[in-house]
Amino acid sequence: MEDMNLEQVTEGYFDVLKELGNIGAGNATTALAQLLNCKVDMKVPQVRLLDFKEVGNAMGGEEQIMAGIYLLVEGDISGSIMFLLERKSARHLVSKLMGTEIEGEDFTEMEISALKEIGNIITGSYLNSLSTLTNLKIYPSVPDLSIDMAGAILSVPAIEFGALGDKILLIQTQFTDDYDLDGYFILLPDLESYAKILHALGLIN
Amino acid sequence: MGEVIKVGMADLKICICPDSVTTLGLGSCVGIALRDPVTKVGGLAHVMLPDSTAIRNQTNIYKFADTGIVELVRLMMEKGANRNRIVAKIAGGAQMFAFQNKNELVRVGERNVEATKLKLKELGIAILAEDTGKTYGRTVIFYPETGNFVIRAVGKQETII
Repeated sequence: MEDMNLEQVTEGYFDVLKELGNIGAGNATTALAQLLNCKVDMKVPQVRLLDFKEVGNAMGGEEQIMAGIYLLVEGDISGSIMFLLERKSARHLVSKLMGTEIEGEDFTEMEISALKEIGNIITGSYLNSLSTLTNLKIYPSVPDLSIDMAGAILSVPAIEFGALGDKILLIQTQFTDDYDLDGYFILLPDLESYAKILHALGLIN
Repeated sequence: MGEVIKVGMADLKICICPDSVTTLGLGSCVGIALRDPVTKVGGLAHVMLPDSTAIRNQTNIYKFADTGIVELVRLMMEKGANRNRIVAKIAGGAQMFAFQNKNELVRVGERNVEATKLKLKELGIAILAEDTGKTYGRTVIFYPETGNFVIRAVGKQETII
């Protein structure tokens, strides 16, 4: 495993990640529906291994303003997870959650707190499915939020991936209530944790 | 008006007047703009990590501050820049998330800036201006004709350094 890099991620592992994304997003959707008290649908997630240069484009350009929620992961595996949402979608979710119409471009402290909570629930559901499937203990940290250009937010996971290779693993999920919300997960286990996940899933010995 | 050349993440491009060169959404990465004021040959590197020697996988030399700067200088000299006249302006190296300092990639933005400065000093390239650190992303455009380095950030006024 010493020399493993992301480009050697196997087809099988890809399918597993896709399935994890599916189950995780499914759980997240249920949690969102309960939180917002309305019906939420989701599409089958897309899992892609992208070049750094392509990631910004995948989210509608490097200058697209996004809300990024970032958590560190500890326990049997270590690494981090990021959930990204367009600012417009973030605004929609927050106003729905708080039952208010939000005016202006900026989020208040209260709204930022609500957004962190949404991110927490969504990433938590995702990590929960990973934990259940692999039987590994996974503890997320308190989330932190950044609302900025996609490129700038993505530089954080990209730098972490940068130590491993030249690509980034992106899971895209579309949620719909009365509005299409594109959400992106970036799961970043360190190399040792990749091996643990694969091992726990019986994909390697 | 020339063409605007786009530089991606972990990438670099040469730029000759009247063209300009840009990179969008710099976060913890650093944008390094170099220029020979006489021949007006310039270039922009978007580096992600400080040190190529600290990492096993280093096939992409554009990714690191140390190797990226050296490569950019080499390419500029091929296009007629004089090594002794090259000057620099730098931007980026933000800390996008508050708790990033707990991470093993300690303060990577700050470290990228430090490594950039160290390499430029080693090469004897003066830094004329910088806009680094802080907590927000930046889009930059560099004009080799004037040496203007334009910086844009969300909710802030455009600045020229």
